[in-house]
Amino acid sequence: MVAFVVRRLLQGVPVLLLASIAVFLVLRLVPGDPATSLAGPDATPQRVEEIRGQLGLNDSLPVQYVRWLGQLLRGDLGTSIRGIEVSRLLKDSMPSTLELAVAAYIFALMLGIPLGVMAGAHPRTGWDWTLSGFTLISIGIPSFLTGILLLWLFGVQLSWLPTSGRVSFFSNPGQSLEHLLLPAYALGANLAAVLGRYTRTSVAEIMGQDYIRTARAKGLAGRQVVVSHALRNALVPVVTITALQVGAVLAGAVVVEQVFTRPGMGRLVVEAIQNRDYVVVQSTLVVLVTIFVVVNLSADLAYGFLDPRIRRR
Amino acid sequence: MTALTSEPVVVRESWRGRKRHESMLFATVERILRNPVGLVAVSGILVLVVAALGASFIAKYSPNDQAYHGAARYLSPSFDHPFGTDYLRRDLFARTLFGLRNSLLISIGAVTFGSSVGISVGFLSGYAGGWFDAIIMRVIDALLAFPGLLAAMAILTILGTGLVNLAIAIAVFNIPAFARLSRAQMLVEKNRDYVFASQALGAGPLRIVFRHISANAIPPLLTQVALAINGAIVLSAALSFLGLGEKPPEPSLGSLLNDAKSHLRDAWWMAAFPAATMAFLLLCLNFLADAINEATSPYARRKV
Repeated sequence: MVAFVVRRLLQGVPVLLLASIAVFLVLRLVPGDPATSLAGPDATPQRVEEIRGQLGLNDSLPVQYVRWLGQLLRGDLGTSIRGIEVSRLLKDSMPSTLELAVAAYIFALMLGIPLGVMAGAHPRTGWDWTLSGFTLISIGIPSFLTGILLLWLFGVQLSWLPTSGRVSFFSNPGQSLEHLLLPAYALGANLAAVLGRYTRTSVAEIMGQDYIRTARAKGLAGRQVVVSHALRNALVPVVTITALQVGAVLAGAVVVEQVFTRPGMGRLVVEAIQNRDYVVVQSTLVVLVTIFVVVNLSADLAYGFLDPRIRRR
Repeated sequence: MTALTSEPVVVRESWRGRKRHESMLFATVERILRNPVGLVAVSGILVLVVAALGASFIAKYSPNDQAYHGAARYLSPSFDHPFGTDYLRRDLFARTLFGLRNSLLISIGAVTFGSSVGISVGFLSGYAGGWFDAIIMRVIDALLAFPGLLAAMAILTILGTGLVNLAIAIAVFNIPAFARLSRAQMLVEKNRDYVFASQALGAGPLRIVFRHISANAIPPLLTQVALAINGAIVLSAALSFLGLGEKPPEPSLGSLLNDAKSHLRDAWWMAAFPAATMAFLLLCLNFLADAINEATSPYARRKV
């Protein structure tokens, strides 16, 4: 098991390195020179050259990359155009976004997996039709469209739930959930449908296998067969999908945040792009991609626990 | 089913008689249109495309004109303004049609470009194999590590916001997925007998890849094209919604929804009509992808 964990961790490192090179190059591809824009329109060529030296832009690309990576590893994410440290900007905006992403995940797992299990264990019944209907609606309609619809119905017409803002979960859980409910549904509905479909396929396939027949033959109740025999193996592919969706959920959170006017990484990134604040965009991307890679690695490790056969490969 | 069997059996022209390069594509289109789901999808998309392209003839008012013919702000839908007017007295019917046109142009343009590059890269990489294939695929893997929206945002940071840059960002985002799929397709096709036959006849690799193999390898990729256009419409709408797309007052489905968001209290129609148009378009594209998949994959066809 230890060898398996170490091997998987080592496989994650090159992916992170490649991704960081890609993000680094994106910034270097920017037309124009950060030094020129920093120096302002009236600066003399000598002054621009001075700033170039200070920023280390005269060094070769590999040298610049290694230095940048070193700064990242020490937690130095650079400074925004307005002179605020990016690590501070992220520290302020990330909790809101992560809160939304986690809420969307909890919602999707609580809805998608039970629905998928019921549909897979009882194909061509009401459960199955419910899942199909839900899938058609949630996969076809993008999250921000769902968000606007919910905002109009529950926020404006019925005035049941607040239409904007965020309250921290730790300061006031009740109000926090009120603010989270609609965005979490908008963001999680698509994920719930995806999870439901994969769970259904996976469970339906496993229900046809011999060891399930054996379990039934020895007289176990239907529910016990599904829960203690089928589910454990059926969840392996579902864990992959859950982890793979992290990227989509984080990206979706950026948009959904704007629909519900929640302060968070969405607002940070959108403003940074509009102001062409490259350092902020770059660092935010690095953080998001790192989360994505780390979650996928953890999923890889999780299979090892769920299905011992994978460990030996 | 009886209606189908009572038809006279269609005698297929022999492979000699068919047009050489269109045969597979033609048969695919025919199968899509025979499928009720496919027919509905194709008709729906046709209606929307015609409405979008003919926007300047269909709409009575100009999309960006304010206070046209003394119209008021927030007029609810009426005969004169079927979709109502917005907070600047603009006719929403015109804005929705022109917005649909912009969204379709961006998405279809971006997917056409992205898929051409992606498919070419994937075909060549898969056909060549070896270190060339290995390097290309590692680069593609690194690109795939970025969620699409974030990759598009990175590109918009470099290029600046705007309609054309939006299309470029979406096109780039489409390259890796198409490269992966077409490479897989190529790995299956390149070991077929007809490829060895062409090689024996002395055909060069480019001719074999783009003339012989692509005729068989591209139709299955059409499903991905429909899905990619669907994805491009969602992505471009999301980016326009965030204010990273076209410059105002130019409309698109995403920016119309962004406008509508702050006026939900006063004018539900500002959100409802663009949203419904977009939902219908996405539904049709999803159905089309299903129909193409059924038409091109023998396994899916057998189930019907």
